[in-house]
Amino acid sequence: MPNRTRCFPIDDKPSPVTAANPSPVATLVHRLALNRMSWVDVVLLLIRIGFISAVVIGSTRTFMEGRFSTAQWATLISAGVAQGSIYALIALGYTLVYGILRLINFAHGDVFMCGAFFTVFLAIWTAQQGILERAPAITVLSWILFAALISMSVAVLVERLAYKPLRNKPRLVMLISAIGASFFLQYTARGFFTTAFRSYPTVPGLDGRLELGQITVPHVQITVFAVALALMAGLYILVERTRIGRAMRAVSENMETARLMGVNIERVIMFTFGIGGALAGAAGVINGLYKPQGVSFIMGFFPGVKAFTAAVLGGIGSVPGALIGGLLLGIFEALGPNLVLTGLGIPGSNQLKDVIAFLMLVLILIFRPQGIMGEVIEEEKA
Amino acid sequence: MQLLLKRLAKPVSQGAVAGVLCIYIALTGMMEAFGEREIVAGVLDLGKVVLLGPFVGLGLLQQQAPNRRVGWIRVLVACLAGIVATGLFILFIDAVSIRHMFTHASPALVAYMTMGQDALAAGLGLLAVAALAAGAVGFGLALIPAYLRNTIFMAALLVVGMALLSELISQVLRQILNGRPDRLLFSQGALRPAVAVIAAAAVFAWRGLAPRIRLRVQDRLPQLEPERQRQVSLAVRGAGVLVLLVLPWLVGSYLSEVLANVGLYLLMALGLNIAVGLAGLFDLGYVTNFAVGAYLMGVLTNSGPQATGEFNFWLILPVSILAAMFTGLLLALPVIRMRGDYLAIATMGFGEIIRLLALSDWLAPLIGGSQGILFIPKPSIGAFTFQTPQHLFYIILAASLVMLVVINRLDLSLTGRRWMAIRDDETVANAIGIDTTWIKTLAFTLSAASGGLAGAIFASKLGTIFPHSFSLLISMNVLCIIIVGGMGSIRGMVLGTLVLIGVPELLREFSEFRFLLYGILLMAVAIYRPGGLMPARARHYRTESAPQPAGGTPATSSSAASG
Repeated sequence: MPNRTRCFPIDDKPSPVTAANPSPVATLVHRLALNRMSWVDVVLLLIRIGFISAVVIGSTRTFMEGRFSTAQWATLISAGVAQGSIYALIALGYTLVYGILRLINFAHGDVFMCGAFFTVFLAIWTAQQGILERAPAITVLSWILFAALISMSVAVLVERLAYKPLRNKPRLVMLISAIGASFFLQYTARGFFTTAFRSYPTVPGLDGRLELGQITVPHVQITVFAVALALMAGLYILVERTRIGRAMRAVSENMETARLMGVNIERVIMFTFGIGGALAGAAGVINGLYKPQGVSFIMGFFPGVKAFTAAVLGGIGSVPGALIGGLLLGIFEALGPNLVLTGLGIPGSNQLKDVIAFLMLVLILIFRPQGIMGEVIEEEKA
Repeated sequence: MQLLLKRLAKPVSQGAVAGVLCIYIALTGMMEAFGEREIVAGVLDLGKVVLLGPFVGLGLLQQQAPNRRVGWIRVLVACLAGIVATGLFILFIDAVSIRHMFTHASPALVAYMTMGQDALAAGLGLLAVAALAAGAVGFGLALIPAYLRNTIFMAALLVVGMALLSELISQVLRQILNGRPDRLLFSQGALRPAVAVIAAAAVFAWRGLAPRIRLRVQDRLPQLEPERQRQVSLAVRGAGVLVLLVLPWLVGSYLSEVLANVGLYLLMALGLNIAVGLAGLFDLGYVTNFAVGAYLMGVLTNSGPQATGEFNFWLILPVSILAAMFTGLLLALPVIRMRGDYLAIATMGFGEIIRLLALSDWLAPLIGGSQGILFIPKPSIGAFTFQTPQHLFYIILAASLVMLVVINRLDLSLTGRRWMAIRDDETVANAIGIDTTWIKTLAFTLSAASGGLAGAIFASKLGTIFPHSFSLLISMNVLCIIIVGGMGSIRGMVLGTLVLIGVPELLREFSEFRFLLYGILLMAVAIYRPGGLMPARARHYRTESAPQPAGGTPATSSSAASG
């Protein structure tokens, strides 16, 4: 038996001496099962305690000081919900693919970027031609369709080129290929469209605000949330009610059995990538409505990582989980800097918005890799 | 008719793919950028190589044709399909301006693709002829014996390589010989046609003689006594080090800078190789260690606004390494239970958190925020300061050699064996009594040391550090080196660093497309060579004598350690 690195090196079996006359320390250690704890457990416990106390102290102090009014909190939350619904749309792509291939599709953020980037040219053109002015709703819908089409093709192409030759290979080899695909898409876009930043035209009718008593919600945020919700409802129906959806669920449950039942695995995989890509493309346009500026070849990285965080937070592999995870992440990200960091007296807290997202990613991966909805899936799998 | 269509479907689709490839290369701007780099003066430039390359590939693809006649027909059909696709594209971008979207679809591109002809029709005709010729060359290559084909490929590679590295070769020649000897070889960076022919002829001559020469060396080395063998290998290594020692003076200041960068990346690759290559821990946040080393060196030695102590470089160097190791340990502990892809994402999160923290106003009083740290002194011994890239190269060289020895010893050690056991199967490793937690923590900690060392030297070399020097791309570069070079293979690290860091810095045309090529390379390596270009040698433990029931000698176990 190797000498394990225990934190409290007291043997599992009490020695005869201690058994007859146990020292108080040894009793305590045994009672709290500390002798089974390794250093790693202690560190994890400390991180947990530190993190929770930071959140609690920070938020109580912010509330005590009464720094923000209710209306301000409401504004933050509605912004968080809008941003979160965009994350949720992208997160669905991660979740669907992970459910089937157990692969983190590292290039998914860049699929999102491709949809947004190709469509920005169509959007600028429609604005120049005055089409956008005349029929805003239909034009925006056509952008969404176009972006979905582009991203769907890109996602399917990536699947064919980078993942299909690697079926049944170790997952890390697939991850390497995925990182390669991500680079490929980013720098292809850079080659095509150069490093310049583009922006979506402003859509008439979206610049207003809805007044609900003290609270005002911009129209953009409502539109973003509504469109995202509609798309997700569509996906839910697709997965739960249609034949191909049933095939998708079957493959994610057990690929081999599904194959034996006559499901065309390759088609299901391609379809999954396509659907995930289409949602990411739609998310690209919605993101363009919400934040018109900053369309560039690197725009996919942060939303990609955050959407992955959302997918894990909600429970990767679960469709409703992606929605919950996305919304939660959006709200945390909007509230976190003001609620916790300001309370802790950290200056420039809004610069650290991305730190909060990454910190959440790491903490979720450490403490609850199965996410919120994870256990349900685990039971179904067993 | 239907049969004919069926038979033609494959070559037509292959040709279409080649055409799409051409269009892709043109739209990314690669073709024009490469077109500025001549390979053989007045004959060939790199842009034409990438324009006609897909057509040569079409010819090579028809190797499996049942007979020559069918093969030629297929080549013709495929090339025609490719030409039609490319031609339509040229006509399209000539007629409709799509420049506001695809910036590179310019009249200049049309002119380049139509071989600079004034009339579009003539240009298209010329392109068609060139493409057909390229296809014919490709099929011709497919028909000749493999040895000859490889010889031709090698000759072509040598010519292209010489032309691409013309700057390096010229510089070395100028240092060795007086005057401008490089003018004999190159005219404005391109090989002179006669030189290209001589180089190709040299390859043919060498390939003709090589089997005999190599046979003699390979036969004689193992025949020597072990003592002599060690002497030979020591002599070879000594000569290598000697060459490295004079290298910076041969290649001049700019190329020494490149070499120094290669050295820094080699340090990082050797470090990350412990985690990724040996222990199988997929770390995407290696830049953390680099940043910690750099910032510690910067904060403690600078004489600028953030001055704290203004200590000596040599004092802080070990401190930086220890600090990086400590950070490595701290960040390893929470993620030590994760496996595979989740570990990769979590470590990537750490890397980004470090960068964002360095950028924030929160820590700005201490580490400068987005303003960075200025006035970091160069290392010095007594009155001598390591001022130029040449001087600094020696520090990096020394560090790399030390790390090479350390990693080599670790690779052969029991700990190295334990890492590999974890890499191959963690559950089994745990079951046979390896304390996986401790061994994995050790891997992260030791791997961080080299990153910290590289970071400390980097800070001192540059004199200033900014948060954006520590982006995810650094981690990705290092990871690419390891994967492309070959996980766990030290020779692979050296090769990978030279190819992925050294070559792009030499070729400024490539620099814009560097990461595009990395992406393609990563996918290609994952699909075709998962072990990398130079895979780690599989260890052969001597097990022949093990099955003997009674008379087995216990000496085998000790000899196995030498690998």
